[in-house]
Amino acid sequence: MSHVSEKVEYVSYLEHQGKYKGIMSWIMATDHKRIALLYMYSIMSFFFIGIVLGIMMKLEMLTPGETIMKAKMYNSVFTLHGILMIFMVVIPGLSAVFGNFFLPIHIGAKDVSFPKLNRFSWWIFVIGSIMAVLSQVLKDGPPDTGWTFYAPYSTTTSSNVIMATAAAFVLGFSSILTGLNFIVTVHQLRAPGMKFFNMPLFPWSLYATAWIQLLATPVVGITLLMLIAERAFHIGFFDPALGGDPLLFQHLFWIYSHPAVYVMMIPAMGAITEIIPTFCQRQIYGYKAIAISSLAIAGVGFLVWGHHMYTSGMSDTARWFFSLLTFIVAVPSAIKVFNWISTMYKGSIDIKPPFLYALAYIFLFIIGGTTGLLLGSVATDVQVHDTSFVVAHFHYIIFGGMGFAFFGAIHYWLPKMYGRMYDFKMANIGLVVNFIGFNLLYFPQFIIGIQGMPRRYFDYPAKFQPAQIVSSIGGFILVIGIVIMVYTLVKGARKGAPAPANPWQGSTLEWQIPSPPSVENFDEEPIIKSNPYDYK
Amino acid sequence: MSEGIQHFEEHRDDEASKLGMWLFIFTELLLFGGLFLVYSVFRMQYAQAFYECSLELSVLIGAINTVILLVSSMTVAMSMTALQKNDIKSSLLLLGVTLFCAAIFLVNKYFEWGAKFHHGLYPGSELMKLLDRGHHLYFSLYFFMTGLHALHIIIGMTLLFICVFRIKNKSIHSQDYVFLENSALYWHLVDLIWIFLFPLMYLIS
Repeated sequence: MSHVSEKVEYVSYLEHQGKYKGIMSWIMATDHKRIALLYMYSIMSFFFIGIVLGIMMKLEMLTPGETIMKAKMYNSVFTLHGILMIFMVVIPGLSAVFGNFFLPIHIGAKDVSFPKLNRFSWWIFVIGSIMAVLSQVLKDGPPDTGWTFYAPYSTTTSSNVIMATAAAFVLGFSSILTGLNFIVTVHQLRAPGMKFFNMPLFPWSLYATAWIQLLATPVVGITLLMLIAERAFHIGFFDPALGGDPLLFQHLFWIYSHPAVYVMMIPAMGAITEIIPTFCQRQIYGYKAIAISSLAIAGVGFLVWGHHMYTSGMSDTARWFFSLLTFIVAVPSAIKVFNWISTMYKGSIDIKPPFLYALAYIFLFIIGGTTGLLLGSVATDVQVHDTSFVVAHFHYIIFGGMGFAFFGAIHYWLPKMYGRMYDFKMANIGLVVNFIGFNLLYFPQFIIGIQGMPRRYFDYPAKFQPAQIVSSIGGFILVIGIVIMVYTLVKGARKGAPAPANPWQGSTLEWQIPSPPSVENFDEEPIIKSNPYDYK
Repeated sequence: MSEGIQHFEEHRDDEASKLGMWLFIFTELLLFGGLFLVYSVFRMQYAQAFYECSLELSVLIGAINTVILLVSSMTVAMSMTALQKNDIKSSLLLLGVTLFCAAIFLVNKYFEWGAKFHHGLYPGSELMKLLDRGHHLYFSLYFFMTGLHALHIIIGMTLLFICVFRIKNKSIHSQDYVFLENSALYWHLVDLIWIFLFPLMYLIS
């Protein structure tokens, strides 16, 4: 019996007492699991603010002309909605929350390589977020440039552009450090026996994403610094009135901001890739194809930024070339979808909320992806550029894709993170309401987009009103769905029935340890002998 | 028992630290990469103006600064070799030489910038506004790029200063020198960027 008494006593990471007590034990936490929860709470808070702003826009769009706000106010609202949702919600999104929590566990490690750097990343994330909020309330008025900060308007408007871009710069720095940490972790901390091609596919997706974060973010960083310098000293890098080149800004901006879309999306695909084999109890189909397609998306994703600029005045050759590359980047995404569907074939499918979210994700992602191909071809894009068609496409990808994957991931991993279960029936109701609300909200925008409804306008001709009303109603339904979902999850996390270690019969490492995990994750270092999806 | 679950115990992984530093250097290169891109676009557009402006810079001071940085890169590498051989005295001396070189570089930079400021040539000045496009852009890029580089020199110096103190209090020693190694790597990066900046700014023909 002596070896039993030597064994480390199990203490959940949620209850572990370290050097610090109370709230400080969170702010000063270096445990990747606590940092993950910190990110989740901050991201959810900004998400709720973003929703409120979204609903304000939907209220404004109920009638033509001024409904509840003026044009200038509307500009600020969609700008803030964009900045919050892009830089503070979806870019950190899955990688900072579930990546932090599950990357080390998936590869059999105790933590990330640089726990203190990880804590520092969260701190500067908070600082950047505070700066972004400050830019809204300082005296020059909230920025009204859209989240893209296009020059020359951003170099000439009197609003708080400097503060907002500085915030984006700081948030980018946080993203770089997270990416750096993850790459080193994957290289250095895999458990004995775990080769690259033994890793689960979620770490693969995080690894691909981390390279984008690391290599693309500095480009937008320097661009925003140049924008700040331009505003401060009237340099004229980008302002044509001063002889600058606004196209140059767009190029530099999209060199980052298109790959950033994959920063949002690849971890979402990774989470879906974890959910599907678990609920089909079946070996993932095409493991290597999925792993490599993540890298392929990341790699080719660097070269497609020009498709945001078909109408900006690029040469025909450039437009043709960017269009070709855009079609190429769709291939690895499609490979993933085929593999997910093939995994389900002949599996013993267990319909639980995470799996339903994964199905909803696939449905919405296919709509978002195929409309993306319409936008990727030059001939159709010049017709629908800057219309609500683009808004619909983007939200189908980012909200329907990344957002629903996030919802699916939280339903999948919540029992592990909090050690408690939630009510499946309520979760399913939330899912159905979300799904209906989402499609009502965004699908009409495809239609009126093709008919010519421009985006970012607070006003529209009366003929678009029926679709706008449907869209607004969808928005309200979606909010109700999210409220139901969050209520179910919070209730589950606080008071749900205790979760077993492996509620879904998953095969990856996180399901082999107690729920919630102990501080050190593993009592003894796991030795990996087989592939991660080893179902009988 | 509580020792066993203490989460703050540091595990040492020099490989990881070095890999992390290399990755950080990649981001720095891409940060400057954006600037080099902007530089090349405007250099193509305003080739003549860029050439004329480059004549305003002193190739001599630029060349001296280049030599200074190259020497400092050498001394910081030598300092590390000395530490590996447990020769703490030489290691500290060589770090001192590196820091001295860095300081001389900044002093030269100060005089270069100071002379321009004296002639009213600085970002946002009245004179700058009177310049034509190419000249304006050249000097804006000049101040932006050399300024950002000087900031990196200061960061590098800070790291090397920390190395001096940590060697003195023996937390960096012949068995554990990854911090010095990473600081030296960073210093080489700062040097490397200057190697590109010097011809781009001073040696336009």
